[in-house]
Amino acid sequence: MKRYQNLLMMIAVVVLVAVPLWMVQKPAPGPDGKEVEIFRGADDQAKDVIGTIAPGYQPWFKPLMEPPSGEIGSLLFALQAALGAGFIGYYLGVANTRSKYDKAISKAAKC
Amino acid sequence: MHIMEGFLPVKHAIGWTVASAPFVAYGLHTINKRIKEKPEQRMLLGVAAAFTFVLSALKMPSVTGSCSHPTGTGLGAILFGPTAMAPIGMVVLLFQAILLAHGGLTTLGANIFSMAIVGPFAAAAIYRLAKTAKLPFGISIFLAASLGDLLTYVTTSCQLALAFPDPAGGFAASFAKFATVFAITQIPLAISEGLLTVIVFNALARFNPKELKEMNVVTAQEVQA
Repeated sequence: MKRYQNLLMMIAVVVLVAVPLWMVQKPAPGPDGKEVEIFRGADDQAKDVIGTIAPGYQPWFKPLMEPPSGEIGSLLFALQAALGAGFIGYYLGVANTRSKYDKAISKAAKC
Repeated sequence: MHIMEGFLPVKHAIGWTVASAPFVAYGLHTINKRIKEKPEQRMLLGVAAAFTFVLSALKMPSVTGSCSHPTGTGLGAILFGPTAMAPIGMVVLLFQAILLAHGGLTTLGANIFSMAIVGPFAAAAIYRLAKTAKLPFGISIFLAASLGDLLTYVTTSCQLALAFPDPAGGFAASFAKFATVFAITQIPLAISEGLLTVIVFNALARFNPKELKEMNVVTAQEVQA
């Protein structure tokens, strides 16, 4: 069990991501014929809720810079994830090698 | 949990910024002090920051039919204590606010408060509690990281409900609406974050048992197990 623990947890994460994709059905287009979007950002939906609670509210500050398209947005998000994952991978590689090396040394010292 | 640019009234925006500033300043102080005392922990601090970078970039689908992302702050909060996460969270939020128009500068204070203060403090406290209750290492980490993540989103819902109370039902009605958007969506994602944090901790416990012991994260017996 212990041996497969990490693998099982990774599978669980994949399942947690996949289940909503399969479970949530796209609702039929509304009376105005507009397609209903699913899997929008929760941040965006919060904006809609603000719109229903305080219809008169006007945002008083605009983002200084906006990604010119959704594609560029995902480029930057991918970059953010890649930087982080790259560093973690590098660190674990170093740590793995170091712990093997340390073990080999202490083994050699015992002989 | 990113409140969008300009979507908090001026008074709230200033209030949350003032509330977050001392945590960020104290966090910087504790990080500097620790790096000076234990320079070898610098890399591990980088790992904590990198984990937050990765997780907060991953927008995952949820059963509510919307997308949100984990925060990744639990790992660093357990390793370095909650105060260290305030400046690290700020860096991530600034990156997203400036380059991605995700979150914002006027809402930075509020977003720091939920993601980089409440989340990490909750995670660290839950981890300590779980340890005192003698729960196994993996379960303690899981509970700390996932509940810290969830509480971040509950905090965002509170912040928005305070800023936009429902004309009829007041704060409570408004909180219920925002929490439906944020907190319910977040439940499966919080579980994912908990699992991913345990995976990273398992790797750290295997390769860096000495550091974890020094940092009082684990006891000697747990490392051998």
